Amino acid sequence: MSVDQATVRRVAHLARISVREDELGHLQNELNAILEFVEQLADLDVSGVEPLTSVVPVELPMREDVVTDGHCPEKVLANAPDAEGGFFTVPKVVE
Amino acid sequence: MTKLTQLTLTQAREGLAQGEFTSVELTQAYLKAMEQARSLNAYVLETPEIALDMAKESDRRIAAGETGPLEGIPLGIKDMFATEGVRTTACSKILDNFVPQYESTVTSHLWRDGAVLLGKLNNDEFAMGSSNETSAFGPVISPWRRDNDETAMVPGGSSGGSAAAVAAFLCAGATGTDTGGSIRQPAAFTGTVGIKPTYGRCSRWGIVAFASSLDQAGPFARTVNDAAVLLKSMAGYDPKDSTCVNRPVPDYEEAVGASIKGKKIGIPREYRMDGMADEIDTLWREGARMLKDAGAEIVDISLPHTQYALPAYYIVAPAEASSNLARYDGVRYGERVPGKDVVEMYENTRAAGFGPEVRRRIMIGTYVLSAGYYDAYYLRAQKVRSLIKRDFDTVFAQGVDAVLTPATPSPAFGIGEKLKADPVEMYLNDVFTVTVNMAGLPGISVPAGLSADGLPLGLQLIGRPFEEETLFSLAEVIEEAAGRFPVDKMWWRG
Repeated sequence: MSVDQATVRRVAHLARISVREDELGHLQNELNAILEFVEQLADLDVSGVEPLTSVVPVELPMREDVVTDGHCPEKVLANAPDAEGGFFTVPKVVE
Repeated sequence: MTKLTQLTLTQAREGLAQGEFTSVELTQAYLKAMEQARSLNAYVLETPEIALDMAKESDRRIAAGETGPLEGIPLGIKDMFATEGVRTTACSKILDNFVPQYESTVTSHLWRDGAVLLGKLNNDEFAMGSSNETSAFGPVISPWRRDNDETAMVPGGSSGGSAAAVAAFLCAGATGTDTGGSIRQPAAFTGTVGIKPTYGRCSRWGIVAFASSLDQAGPFARTVNDAAVLLKSMAGYDPKDSTCVNRPVPDYEEAVGASIKGKKIGIPREYRMDGMADEIDTLWREGARMLKDAGAEIVDISLPHTQYALPAYYIVAPAEASSNLARYDGVRYGERVPGKDVVEMYENTRAAGFGPEVRRRIMIGTYVLSAGYYDAYYLRAQKVRSLIKRDFDTVFAQGVDAVLTPATPSPAFGIGEKLKADPVEMYLNDVFTVTVNMAGLPGISVPAGLSADGLPLGLQLIGRPFEEETLFSLAEVIEEAAGRFPVDKMWWRG
C-alpha cells in the first residue's frame, strides 16, 4: 500500500499537525518508504495467532476506588501556556 | 581531580565509604569535567547547585553512618525522566520550558539511595532516533574517534547523551530508556555497559512516554558491576505503573562473578545477516568462545521470525507514539502557537514543536491506526509480536539460558552520514536489539572489542524474563576476557 498526497494531507490533519503544501511531496516519499518496508509482514501467515497484548503474564491490578491525589491546582497549571482563574484556556470553541 | 572521575562507580562507593574523599570533592570533579566537555553536548542542563547540595547531604549522612547503596555517587539523568523542579524536555521544542511538579519513580529510587544529580542528558527527540541527531538541542558528539581521523562520530541513540557522558567520565553512571535499542546500541557505540531489563522491572511512571508497551528504563555504566548496582536501585514495584511487576529485586551485584558453568548459550542463525561485516562476525565468535572457556555450553538455535521484528516495530511503536504524543496540544504545557480556532492552534503548535522524525512517526502511527487500516497493520503487527515472543519461549523451553548476538550491525558512524538516506536505513541500526523489546525480555550490551578503525563494538546477551542475574554473570565473563575499553585520549579538553 502506498499513500498519495491527498492521504498525506488527511493524515496530517488527523494527527493535528499543519503541513505546508511544499512539504507534501517529501513527506509522501518518506511515508511510502516506511510503508514499503513494513509491507513484508503481509508475507506471514498469522491466522490463528492471538495478538500480543501483554509481554508479561500479569493481571492488571485493581485498586480501591478512592481519591489518591489532587487539591493542587497550582501544580496542575504550573506549565500551562495560558492559564486563567484556575483553568486551562483555549481559543473560543462555541459560537 | 581527573583521577576521581575515572574511578568506577563501585570504586567511588568504596572510596567514599572509607573516607578517602568526600561526595562534594567527587561531585566537584565531575562538574569540572562537564564544564570542559561542553563541546560534546552530552548534557542539556547542568545542575551544579543541586548537585553540591545533594553531595553535602550525602557527606553528612556518611559521617552519621546512614549510608545508602548509592550514597554520594554523582549521576546523569536522561532528559526523558521527569525531575521535580528541574527542566525536563525530552529534547523536544514542544516541551521547551517544562518543569515537572513531580519526580519519576526511577529517579526517586536513586535519590532515596543517596545518589547525586549532576544534570539532564541529551537524547533523540522523544527518544526517537538511533544517533542522537534528532534532539532539539543538537547532536551529541561521541568521545570516540576513528584512529587518525577527527571526524565527529555519533554516540548512538536515543540515549546518546547518557552513553557519551559515561564514556567521557562526565558522571559515574547514567539512566537511559530503551524502546527498540536506545540503551544497548549507544552502549555498544561508546564502549559502555547498558542493560534494558525485563518489561515491568522498572516503573515507567514519570518517564516521558514514547511506546508504552515497549519502553523500559535501565542504566549505563563503565563496568558490569556498576550496572548491577544501578539497576538494583532503579528497579522495583510501583503501584503508579500498572505494568510494573510486584516481585522482589534480587541483589544483582551478587550475580557478577558467579560461575556460568553449564549455562546454555544460544547462537541464533537468523542474526547472521547477509553482508554482515567480518569484524562483527569475528567478534560474535570470540564472544561465544569466551563464554565456552568459562564453562558455558554453546548451541545453535533458530528464532525464525527475527526478520519481521523490525517492520512490526515500525508499526507498533509509531502507533503507540501517535497516541501518547496526542497530549502535546499547546493547552497544558509547552509553547502555544496561535491559530484562528482551536484546531488550527493545535496544528500550528504541533507543527512548530515537533521535529521531522517525530512528525514522521506520529503520521505513520496515525495512518496505521486510521479507519480501514487497523487490522492490516496494527493488529497484524501485534500478532507478529506473538510469533517473535513464541520463538524465544521455544528456545528457553529447550533449556537455553541466554542468547548471544552482536549488539549492532556496525560500529558508530559519522554525524550526518546517515541523515540523507531514507529513514529506513537509520532504523536498521536496531535490527539486533528490537526483537528484545517486542518480546519484553531483558538484554544487556557489553563492550567486547574494537573495530578495524579503533571504534568500540558490543555484544548483546538476551535472557529469560526476570533473569537479569544470568545476564550480569555472563556479561562479566566477557568483560573479564575482553577487557574494558575506556576512551584513551580526552581530546575534547583541548
